[in-house]
Amino acid sequence: MSPPLLGVEEEGQSSVSSPAVDCIPQNGLGIKEWNYLGLSDFSSVDSSGVACLSEDNKNNLNLKATELRLGLPGSQSPERKTELCLLNSGKLDEKALFPLLPSEDGICLPLQKSVVTGNKRGFSDTIDGFSEVKGTVYSEKNWMFHGAGLDSQSPQPLSHAKYSVAQASVKKDGPANAIQEQPCATNGTNLNRTGVFNNSSSAPAAKAQVVGWPPVRSFRTKTLATSSKNNDEVDGKQGPAALFVKVSMDGAPYLRKVDLRMYSTYRELSSALEKMFRCFTLGQCGAHATPGKEISSESKLKDLLHGSEYVVTYEDKDGDWMLVGDVPWEMFTETCKRLKIMKSTDAIGLAPRAMDKSEKDC
Amino acid sequence: MNYFPDEVLEHVFDSIASHKDRNSVSLVCKSWYRIERYSRRRVFIGNCYSISPERLIARFPGLKSLTLKGKPHFADFNLVPYDWGGFVYPWIKALAESGIGLEELRLKRMVVSDESLELLSKSFANFKSLVLVSCEGFSADGLAAVAANCRFLRELDLQENEVDDHRGHWLSCFPESCTSLVSLNFACLKGEVNLGALERLVSRSPNLKSLRLNRLVPLDTLQKLLMRAPQLVDLGIGSYVHDPSSEASNKLKHAIQRCKSIVSLSGFLEVAPRCMSAIYPICGNLTTLNLSYAPGLHGNKLTKLIQHCRKLQRLWILDRIGDKGLGVVASTCKELQELRVFPSDPFGAGNDAVTEEGLVLVSAGCPKLNSLLYFCQQMTNAALITVARNCPNFIRFRLCILDPVKPDPVTNQPLDEGFGAIVQSCKRLKRLSLSGLLTDQVFLYIGMYAEQLEMLSIAFAADSDKGMLYVLNGCKKLRKLEIRDCPFGNSALLEDVGKYETMRSLWMSSCEVTLGGCKTVAEKMPSLNVEIINESDQTEFNLDEGQKVDKMYLYRTLVGHRKDAPESVWIL
Repeated sequence: MSPPLLGVEEEGQSSVSSPAVDCIPQNGLGIKEWNYLGLSDFSSVDSSGVACLSEDNKNNLNLKATELRLGLPGSQSPERKTELCLLNSGKLDEKALFPLLPSEDGICLPLQKSVVTGNKRGFSDTIDGFSEVKGTVYSEKNWMFHGAGLDSQSPQPLSHAKYSVAQASVKKDGPANAIQEQPCATNGTNLNRTGVFNNSSSAPAAKAQVVGWPPVRSFRTKTLATSSKNNDEVDGKQGPAALFVKVSMDGAPYLRKVDLRMYSTYRELSSALEKMFRCFTLGQCGAHATPGKEISSESKLKDLLHGSEYVVTYEDKDGDWMLVGDVPWEMFTETCKRLKIMKSTDAIGLAPRAMDKSEKDC
Repeated sequence: MNYFPDEVLEHVFDSIASHKDRNSVSLVCKSWYRIERYSRRRVFIGNCYSISPERLIARFPGLKSLTLKGKPHFADFNLVPYDWGGFVYPWIKALAESGIGLEELRLKRMVVSDESLELLSKSFANFKSLVLVSCEGFSADGLAAVAANCRFLRELDLQENEVDDHRGHWLSCFPESCTSLVSLNFACLKGEVNLGALERLVSRSPNLKSLRLNRLVPLDTLQKLLMRAPQLVDLGIGSYVHDPSSEASNKLKHAIQRCKSIVSLSGFLEVAPRCMSAIYPICGNLTTLNLSYAPGLHGNKLTKLIQHCRKLQRLWILDRIGDKGLGVVASTCKELQELRVFPSDPFGAGNDAVTEEGLVLVSAGCPKLNSLLYFCQQMTNAALITVARNCPNFIRFRLCILDPVKPDPVTNQPLDEGFGAIVQSCKRLKRLSLSGLLTDQVFLYIGMYAEQLEMLSIAFAADSDKGMLYVLNGCKKLRKLEIRDCPFGNSALLEDVGKYETMRSLWMSSCEVTLGGCKTVAEKMPSLNVEIINESDQTEFNLDEGQKVDKMYLYRTLVGHRKDAPESVWIL
């Protein structure tokens, strides 16, 4: 049961406990400057934020802090960025053996991203305008810590002692299997504490799970799984069995109809539309196409639909024309009355992110 | 010195309901102790292994209501072996043999066998109320025994139990003479029940106030039940799927409208969102709404429903509501005190989830908010500071960021400052669960400010032993501390072993404590049971003192080592 890396970890602990010890008491500043209820002044933010910096770094930052800049730590010149990277790497040494934080690279990357948006925001602005910040920052869902929303599972940089490879591979089956797998999984992960990086990247694309996390009662997880399944069935059975909506395309001589219930994601709808409107776009039906031509025409259509020439829009219950892909799929199917594939040039004014949309998967 | 006759004191003590106060009363002097113990009717035992049934019976011969809790909290998340313990049978047996007139039994996280239920049903003539929360080990047969034998049963409340109910006849076992039911909750059962028996039972229960059905009660039965019980105060709908234009739907609408007393609504395990408009007429009265098992409800239909619920005090919801939906909650539910947002897809991509935005909106719109359980994609220090400012009344603050050790995504800092703000601002905070990237700093804040804190849950946090020490030294009222995956080792564990006697329990898993450390605690503190849970193959179990312990659970007790521990549990 014991990780054979015991010795290594203890070493790690002792070698870094001193900086940690130094950091916290020396931060008498931090204690004085707690001012959560009034809006904090920046020095308190800065110093508490960089609590674990060595003396030198701290002095440097304080100098910078006296300049009239309102950015958050890390939101300034490249110089500062490096300092913070150093800071974090220093921190990471002590953490490398408790695999609780991602790699050095992982930390620096998001810092760069926050530079763009954090540049002009003071802390008070952040508090009041957090929603605004979110709009700009969070749309880039590329945080190294956070694999949400990305289909491509980047090798999970979050390495936790309790990765259970067995569980990762039975992700779909949920906790029911987890309960059975747990005894051997726990064993396995214990022995592989620092080998976890390897485990996680070689695990199947399913997000690796930590035993007992998130802390949701297994009863609830099981019940929700059943409910979700049943609701899918329910939606299929009840009400209109299918949800046909008209699809028109600029320049096409006639309209088509699609059953929205046949699809569960935007991507599926998009490929179905591709297939449907292939002949219209190229001015010829399948019968006339030679195999070689068809391949290129397929990709051409893809380019057309996903590139800049066409966008897919829909009319919602209120009669407004909206860009497809903004809302969750279920909401879309409930509000969509008809679809229209229009030229990008016509779609200007529909949504400012028309260009981004074409890059994302719909 | 006693200037009043015992009866007067008893009368005075009767008006003291809180367990804490009664415990204090009993410490004043010997005669108060004596009077208090004979007049005590309700006893709460937070850890069933802290005391024995015999001692309970000896001290409180007038006992009528007993609440017992068994497994440690982390058992909910599969961190405790299924056979760890928490058996109720010895309690029921001892109580049955003692002649105590038990009327109410409330159990949480305990193992309840059919045998126990049967013994229970036959041993206490006046038994009135059985409440089982997160228990397991019984089947519909046990329920049948309770139904058949408890002639004056008022309450049968099954919450989130794992029940093997393949045989659904238990409902029919209520005799015709049973007319006393006030509360019936079988929402967690997965099997069918005898619908005719259910209808008849409801018809002959004029005092029925609370009825929670399971998924397999069809719509027409629901409609009939509501027609027969318009006095209901609390309703749990299992399956809610119908065609809004149908006759059945109209009848249901009419039946629902008659139930003017319903203030609590839950269930919707199966739901067709377009049918929710039938519920609108009663929404204006609702104070409690639990939609946390209704993944079928989201988007416009959900927010429209909530917009009708202006009196809501308690809302349990799935994160599909989204930040915008929480904005609707914030602008509608000004009386909101408790909010729980559960993850609809805990292991998934989290497209539907909520973020710090939603929480801030609710904190701004609902100043009475005092209890929170919030599963979210991310959290920022700024948001937590804002929430702390808006809602200084938190008693329970449990935040779970789905990705552990995630920092503030805006500043890339740990969430120390945010949680620090919470504990500094919320002076009445009793329960706190932390998540996200956290260093020792947050524990410094907790030790300094969280003076009323009784329960703390920590996962994947801290840099060193200092974190744990700050908490143990600072939080004088701490009763339960549960820690997983933190770098706390022996020096933190052993710094002040006397502290653990002032607490109910301490759980540490995947930390740095070693066998030797745990043994030291056990040696120094005979009043503690120190349990090591080891689920690996026994032959590999190494007795080396320096070996790290995977799971340790220690708790104070007056009755020494328990005798019912399985092989995987080693009591030091």
